[in-house]
Amino acid sequence: MTDDEARALIRTTLHQVAPDADLDAVEPGETLQEALDLDSIDFLNLVTGLCESTGFEIPERDYPQLSTLEGAVDYLTGLGSAG
Amino acid sequence: MGDFTMPSLGADMEEGTVNQWLVKPGDEVHRGDIVAVVETEKSTIEIEVFENGVVDELVVEEGETVPVGTVIARLTSETTAATVHSPVLRHLAEQLHVDLSSVTGSGVGGTVTRADVERAGAARVEGAPPGTRPVPQRRGQRHRKAAERATGRTRSSPYARRLASQLGIDVAAVQGSGPGGSVVEADVRRAAAEPAGTGGPMAASVEAAGEVAASSQVGDKQAAMRQAVGALMARSKREIPHYYLSTTIDVAAAVTWLERANLERPVTSRLVLPALLVKATARAVAKVPEMNGFFVDDEFRPSAAVHVGVAISLRSGGVIAPAIHDVDTLALDDLMRALRDLVVRARSGVLRSSEMSDPTITVTNLGELGVESVFGVIYPPQVALVGFGQVGDRVVARDGMVGVRPCLTATLSADHRASDGHRGGRFLAEIDRLLQEPETL
Amino acid sequence: MSAATTPTTAITYREAMREAIREALVRDERVFLMGEDVGRYGGCYAVSLGLLEEFGPERIRDTPLSESAFVGAGIGAALGGMRPIVEIMTVNFSMLALDQIVNNAAALLYMSGGQFNVPLVIRMTTGAGRQVAAQHSHSLEAWYAHVPGLRVLSPATIDDARRMLWPSVCDPDPVIIFEHGQLYNARGELTEDPVTDITSAAIRRRGEDVTIVAFGGTLGPALEASEQLAAQGIEAEVIDLRSLRPLDSETFLASVGRTHRAVVVDEGWRTGSVSAEVAARITEEAFYDLDAPVTRVCSAEVPMPYAKHLEEAALPQPDKVVAAVRQLGG
Repeated sequence: MTDDEARALIRTTLHQVAPDADLDAVEPGETLQEALDLDSIDFLNLVTGLCESTGFEIPERDYPQLSTLEGAVDYLTGLGSAG
Repeated sequence: MGDFTMPSLGADMEEGTVNQWLVKPGDEVHRGDIVAVVETEKSTIEIEVFENGVVDELVVEEGETVPVGTVIARLTSETTAATVHSPVLRHLAEQLHVDLSSVTGSGVGGTVTRADVERAGAARVEGAPPGTRPVPQRRGQRHRKAAERATGRTRSSPYARRLASQLGIDVAAVQGSGPGGSVVEADVRRAAAEPAGTGGPMAASVEAAGEVAASSQVGDKQAAMRQAVGALMARSKREIPHYYLSTTIDVAAAVTWLERANLERPVTSRLVLPALLVKATARAVAKVPEMNGFFVDDEFRPSAAVHVGVAISLRSGGVIAPAIHDVDTLALDDLMRALRDLVVRARSGVLRSSEMSDPTITVTNLGELGVESVFGVIYPPQVALVGFGQVGDRVVARDGMVGVRPCLTATLSADHRASDGHRGGRFLAEIDRLLQEPETL
Repeated sequence: MSAATTPTTAITYREAMREAIREALVRDERVFLMGEDVGRYGGCYAVSLGLLEEFGPERIRDTPLSESAFVGAGIGAALGGMRPIVEIMTVNFSMLALDQIVNNAAALLYMSGGQFNVPLVIRMTTGAGRQVAAQHSHSLEAWYAHVPGLRVLSPATIDDARRMLWPSVCDPDPVIIFEHGQLYNARGELTEDPVTDITSAAIRRRGEDVTIVAFGGTLGPALEASEQLAAQGIEAEVIDLRSLRPLDSETFLASVGRTHRAVVVDEGWRTGSVSAEVAARITEEAFYDLDAPVTRVCSAEVPMPYAKHLEEAALPQPDKVVAAVRQLGG
């Protein structure tokens, strides 16, 4: 998965989970949960959406890597190569 | 029969706009079907129908705003299944092999009378081929079973029927375990505890409704929402003598249990702490029933069912608290599913009428957004609101040792007309106790 | 309540009743006891034993064997300002005084436009279980509970035997007290609680699965059945009606509202009985709370047999109550 694909996937998934959240408002380095007011259920729904789209199972211990937009993009692009 | 009126979807709702009709005249509808999308000041809500029938006429057009109680459509009742017939009538119908649901009532308000059943019985006999004329038989197990097969009617106790109608359960769909296969209280409670069926003919409409919600005028909606929340909260503070309590709960056991449980679970069935908090609250109600119910007509009416309103803040501003039904008996996995589903639908602005109108107690979980404790305002006519603050490591003295453990502050806002502080304290203590045994939740 | 803080005394139902009569005689000089063999013999069931010696023949009066005459005399004395307690040996014999009780005692207040009330207490034995057959064993409480103008009580415990009489003597209108013959030898602790009303039913055992309504002689079997049921995991709530007229329906209706099932136990015959009234009221006022039909356990519809095994078979026994509850399911 390329960087752009990962970014687009996060955007689409996030829109499904929280249509009222604005991804453009997220500053680099800011955590998604804080910037977008995601509660734990929103976040779990986001991770579920990502798992379903990529076909990879994301364990709970990897959640911290997904906390920022950049972190999530890196994580997703690395999924195939690591595996 | 069957005036279908603009429902009240919360104590604060005065009017609603029919955004979209999902049925047209001539359509057959069944109890629980979603027939319209109604926009209130607070949210866009799918409206369910509570009886079976055929849509006769849509009285209110799309886009029209009408007060609560206004007739918005007329239905012809296909059956009177929602009506409770008297035992005498049911017995007579059984003897005459008449299916009560097919009898048109001529009594007051369309109720079926003895004469109606006798007429239907006579018509049935005339229409029957020679030799098949039914003979009224003595009551008996075999006859009863046969009658059930013939009429498709379900024997059920009056209490089971009343409970079923309160819980939105169709008695005919419940497997009876009482005498003669009749449906009794336990069967209805079991049916209520089962996860609600998904989909159905109207499931596709959810997306359509979402579009409608998105296209509505966002600015106006926000202002109206602010106003509606304001009006309701002002009423609450004006009418309800709140008292407030708080306690610190050690959630190490709950957090550890969740981590372990989630290790074995795929992402789709993972659990989060709020599910445990909601469940513990619902279960604690059993010990302190004064927290669960409504204060109406100058008296507290406890509710047997526990429908927990989950306060969900909307990023655009405002807060809504739709209900998850019968949380006390819901399995944790089903509760988790319900919670996720509810949060997504609340975010996209599509909720169901039954979710909006009947929470019996509310839980707010502002802690996830970083506050240590929340002293909430009770949603009238409810009598209690439980708040959970942020989970954080705190220095705790335990068994003479100082340690660091994850804790949160649980608070209770309760109506002094329905309970006293002592009982409120007991309630929080019970929530604490339940959270120490997460595996039992 | 512990024995240390609340002293209690074990006495029999008979002694409790005797103490109650003694209390009334001491507290109010207008009170006297009248009936067949109540004086020299000490009462057919020995309730009044010793009272003649203590209070003298003016106040403990033996009467001829004519129920109509001495109940009529009691009514006259009550009208004349006295507070008579009349004992009728068994409810079967009270039929002979039915005219006096129904046409005079119950009706005079109304017939006189409120001028004459009849402050009379009639005590009578009721019930079977002593092999005295079909002319001494019946439970005809329902006949009296049918009549407006009467208050009908059914003390089933030592406390009620001791404490229901005085408020009855104080009542300005006729009161009928039914004493179940099987209870006289029952022994129990008299509690210190001095307050006893003669209007309300009492919850004798708390439970949430089924309501068992009983009174008088059936309270014992109902409680015994509830213990057997508890062993099977069913918690029964046992209601003692105490007053059969007026009937405190609120208590049993509220209970049915909690348990959703009801079994009524009555030593009377099923047809036209107190249990019929209770069942009807539950159906009228708590229909939508019912999760099963109201069930009754009553005496067999025969004149009470003499033979011990037949008498036992005819009466509502604990196992029949257990079976009735089990049959409700749930």
